[in-house]
Amino acid sequence: MTAEPTQDLLSIARLVPQGSRVLDLGCGTGELLAYLMKERGCSGYGVEINDANVQACVARGVNVIQLNLDEGLAVFGDASFDVVLQIDTLQHLRNAEVMLRETARVGRIGIVVFPNFGHWPNRLAVLRGRMPVTKVLPYQWYDTPNIRVGTLQDFKALAIKNQLDIIDQFGLQDGQEVRFWPNALAGRAVFKFQRQ
Amino acid sequence: MLIATPQSMHFEEALPLQSGATLRAYDLSYETYGSLNADRSNAVLICHALNASHHVAGVYEGQPKSEGWWDTMIGPGKPVDTDHFFVIGVNNLGSCFGSTGPMQTNPDTGKIYGADFPVVTVQDWVDAQARLMDALGIQTLAAVMGGSLGGMQALSWTLQYPDRVRHAVVVASAPNLTAENIAFNEVARRAIVTDPDFCEGHYAEQGVLPKRGLRIARMIGHITYLSDDVMNEKFGRKQAPTLVASRTTLPPEGALRLQPGKAGSAAPAGRGNANAIEATPFKYSTQEIEFQIESYLRYQGDKFSEYFDANTYLLITRALDYFDPAAAFGGDLSAALKHATAQFLLVSFTTDWRFAPARSREIVKALLDNQIDVSYAEIDAPHGHDAFLLEDARYLGVVRSYFKSRVTL
Repeated sequence: MTAEPTQDLLSIARLVPQGSRVLDLGCGTGELLAYLMKERGCSGYGVEINDANVQACVARGVNVIQLNLDEGLAVFGDASFDVVLQIDTLQHLRNAEVMLRETARVGRIGIVVFPNFGHWPNRLAVLRGRMPVTKVLPYQWYDTPNIRVGTLQDFKALAIKNQLDIIDQFGLQDGQEVRFWPNALAGRAVFKFQRQ
Repeated sequence: MLIATPQSMHFEEALPLQSGATLRAYDLSYETYGSLNADRSNAVLICHALNASHHVAGVYEGQPKSEGWWDTMIGPGKPVDTDHFFVIGVNNLGSCFGSTGPMQTNPDTGKIYGADFPVVTVQDWVDAQARLMDALGIQTLAAVMGGSLGGMQALSWTLQYPDRVRHAVVVASAPNLTAENIAFNEVARRAIVTDPDFCEGHYAEQGVLPKRGLRIARMIGHITYLSDDVMNEKFGRKQAPTLVASRTTLPPEGALRLQPGKAGSAAPAGRGNANAIEATPFKYSTQEIEFQIESYLRYQGDKFSEYFDANTYLLITRALDYFDPAAAFGGDLSAALKHATAQFLLVSFTTDWRFAPARSREIVKALLDNQIDVSYAEIDAPHGHDAFLLEDARYLGVVRSYFKSRVTL
């Protein structure tokens, strides 16, 4: 728990304004929230479904609400958070589009991070006739929990369809922000957006 | 093993009740575990539910089987660690385990209170508990904690005495009772008051006890504390011949103490499946026991009627019915919780249909609306409402983590 935060995590944390009220959907063990509380004076809650992760959050002193995101965000009021985070969560959700709208309803700013299927090794694998197995997408096609696979461009189209303003977008690869051709050169996609 | 010592405190100052009545003087039975630190900042109050008492943890001297009702949760090295916290269990007014209640003498008349004991509410209990804290020299509680009706008291503490509670741990509870829940209470109450031995609540003076009514009340309650699945696993359609043997294995306090994931383990050897009935002929009787579940419920009812007071059952179920902190705010729980300053941990259990997770989520939502610190665990346990009294590593783990990381001294 005292391990240094990863470069990816730091890149994401930089997008969160100082002192924000944060809701982290699919917060895992609460690492990012704990970092934001400590280093950026943020407050807020995580949402998590896994029992062990819930306990880990409590043990870290992070507020956590055990909920299944596929059942919606009914317990959270409109615009009740400055920032809503969805870090590596979107790809597991049945109702990914509903959750995107919910994110925009509950938070003034949404930040979504997900594995970019458009990253060139993925494209290459598909060209070769096989689904990709990589560090970011480590599963076989038949056992992957990633039921929504999309690219940066795909997400952009979905955001536009849902009338979201994209404030910032880039890729993450090997701890570096990728701003040149991220749709092909980055394993993870990052979007920061708000309601129009 | 923690040795518990019951104590009693007498209060001379009258207690005004929510109903407008007054208790002129009263006693509260309580137990404490661990020691109060020099700053008096490590006190944790445990509130009990319907039929429990101040005997929360440990055993009585020389009675190894007399474990407190939340002994899995509270004690040295337990989730609420009495090596760090000074834990207080208190018996509520109107109960029948030593605190002033309907079985005791009314100082105004010199007769046993019986049905004349005033109706008490959750708020009244909390007021009485606060006076006990005063008497023990505790201004601020590190935490107040309870399950079911006990959780309602914990919640009420944060509204009645917001500056005296730093944390509230509310387990398997609700912001009020639903109509169905009040209905179950009413059936139980009618079973008691229509027992010919009830004598309009003055049975003690007549030298009788409305045991029939109490038995039925307990049987109904017991059904609602379990889940359909756990009842099927434990009893299924098994017939009664093994009834005598199974009785001796039943725990003293009524909760089905099953190991998680081994709900069927209490079945006699050679019966892996509860529904694999050996061919026992039916008696073709409507009165005799045919199925083990009948035997179990009758046994629970019998046992309960031996130690619990009928008037207390009426009073405590009524306190449950009345509890509704949102009522004074037009039903707006968020408005009701506006002045709460405590931090919260809520826990519910997926198969609890009497205090369902959705009811805990209502409290969570109201806390979130007020930007109050809250964590919420929804434990996927099979045991229904009773789960809050049982051992479950996830449940005990989350409470342990909360007390370790959040409840600072």
